[in-house]
Amino acid sequence: MTSTASQRARVAAPHGTGRLLARVRGDGRAVSLEEHAARYGLLPLGDDLIRTAAESGLSGRGGGGFPTGQKLRAVADRGGRPVVVVNGAEGEPASAKDRALMRCVPHLVLDGAAAAAAALGAHEIIIATARSARTEREVLTTAVRERRERVRWRLATVPDGFVVGEETALLAALSGRAARPTNKPPYPFERGLGGDPTLVQNSETLAQLALVARFGADWFRSQGTSQEPGTALVTLSGAVARPGIYEIEFGAHLSELVAQAGGATEPLAAFLVGGYFGTWTRDADLRLTAAAGLGAGVVVAFPTSTCALQESARVARYLAEQSAGQCGPCLHGLSALAGGLERIARGADDDREQLTRWAADVVGRGACRHPDGAARFVTSTLTTFEQETTRHLAHGHCDKRDRAILPTGPSRE
Amino acid sequence: MSKTLRIDPIACDGQGICVELLPEWIRLDDWGFPVVDPNPLPETLETHARRAVRECPKLALRLEAARERSPS
Repeated sequence: MTSTASQRARVAAPHGTGRLLARVRGDGRAVSLEEHAARYGLLPLGDDLIRTAAESGLSGRGGGGFPTGQKLRAVADRGGRPVVVVNGAEGEPASAKDRALMRCVPHLVLDGAAAAAAALGAHEIIIATARSARTEREVLTTAVRERRERVRWRLATVPDGFVVGEETALLAALSGRAARPTNKPPYPFERGLGGDPTLVQNSETLAQLALVARFGADWFRSQGTSQEPGTALVTLSGAVARPGIYEIEFGAHLSELVAQAGGATEPLAAFLVGGYFGTWTRDADLRLTAAAGLGAGVVVAFPTSTCALQESARVARYLAEQSAGQCGPCLHGLSALAGGLERIARGADDDREQLTRWAADVVGRGACRHPDGAARFVTSTLTTFEQETTRHLAHGHCDKRDRAILPTGPSRE
Repeated sequence: MSKTLRIDPIACDGQGICVELLPEWIRLDDWGFPVVDPNPLPETLETHARRAVRECPKLALRLEAARERSPS
C-alpha cells in the first residue's frame, strides 16, 4: 500500500468532480484496503507532502477553512513529537459528509492521516468519532487493522455535541477532560495532546489530502476556482428530490447542486448555506465557495410551506443550549438571541433592533467562534426573512407549522 | 510597541471592576460582561489599564502586544 515518494500513482487520477465518493461501492459497504488500493493506487509517503499541500491550495473542510499546507508547516516547525488527530466529530446536525466518508471510504481518510503523519514524523494517529457514530467506528476499527504503516493507530470516542468538533474542545475530550474549547493561544499546533504539537484535521480534509499526495497539486487545482481550488462535499437536505451528499467543485452554482439532487420538490423560500454558523440566501445563482460561507458544506433547501422563523428560533435555542457555558457573552447572549427570535416567531413583540445589537455584541467574545457563528445565523435570519418577520408581528401568529426541516434533535445514528 | 487589552472570556465572570477603572476603553454589555475596545490602547490610558489588569479578581484581563493570526 505504501511506497516511496518518488513512485508515481499507478492508477488514473479521478476525472471531474467525482473525487471522494465516486469510487464508493454500490452497496454502500466500506471499501477494503485491497479494493481501495486497486481504485486509488499507491500512497506516496514523504515530507514533500507539506509543500505539495501548500501548492494545491487545499483548505480545511471542517468549517474553518484554514490552509492545510500552512497548518502542516506550523506543526512541522515546532519539532518535538507531533501527533495527528482525525477529527470525525461532525457535530453539525445537518452535516453527514464526514460520516459518509468514514463509513464508505475509510482508507481514504486514513491515507490522509498516514501521509500527514509520515510528513511530520508523527508516530501516533488518533481517530476521534462521536459516540453516536457506531457504524463508522466499527468500519474504522476494521480498516485500521488492515493498515501496514509503522504508526500507532488509536480510536477514540468523544461525546456528541455541536462544539465538540472545535479543535481545542476535541483535544480536551481526548485528554479525558470535558469537551469544552480552551483559550488560544496556545493553538494545538503549538501545544496539543500531552503538550505535543498536534495536527487536527477534519475527515474530509484528510481524504482530500490523500488525493493530493497521490495525484499532485496541479491535478487538485484542475477543479474549483484559482482562489479556492478543488472539490468539496456538501450535505444537501430539505425540499429536494434526492437529499444526500454531493461533491461539487468550489464555485459551482447553488442551482447546479439542486439540479444534481433532482430539483426542488416544492416552492423554496431560501437556502441555508454553511449550516448553523452560516447564512440564508434566496439567490440560486450563488457560487458555492468558502468565501460565500459554505463552511463545513451544509446546504438546506428551505420550502415556503414551513415557518422560517419558528424553525430558526428553534435552531437559535439549540445553539444557545450547545454553548459550552464557559464564556459569559456566549452563555447569556445566545440565550437572549434565542429568546428574541422566539418572541418574534410568536408575533409577541418586535425587538429586532435590540436583537441586531445583541448579535453584534457577542462576536469575538468567546474562547471559540460559537457565539460568532450563532450570531451570524440570527442576523441572517432577521435580514433574509424580514417580510416574514413583519407579517408575524402584524398578525401575532403564523398559520404555518415548524416542519423540522432544520434538524436540532439528538444526533442521528 | 502598541499594546491591546484582552479579556480571557473563560476566566471573566463579569465582576465589572475593570469597567469602573477604565470606562474610556471598557464598557459593559447587556448581561454585565465587559467589552474591551480591540484597537491598540492609547499610551495615555496605559497606567489605568495596568491598574485594571492588576485589580481583576479573576486575573482575566491582560495587556499584550498585538498578535498575528494563527492556525485555528
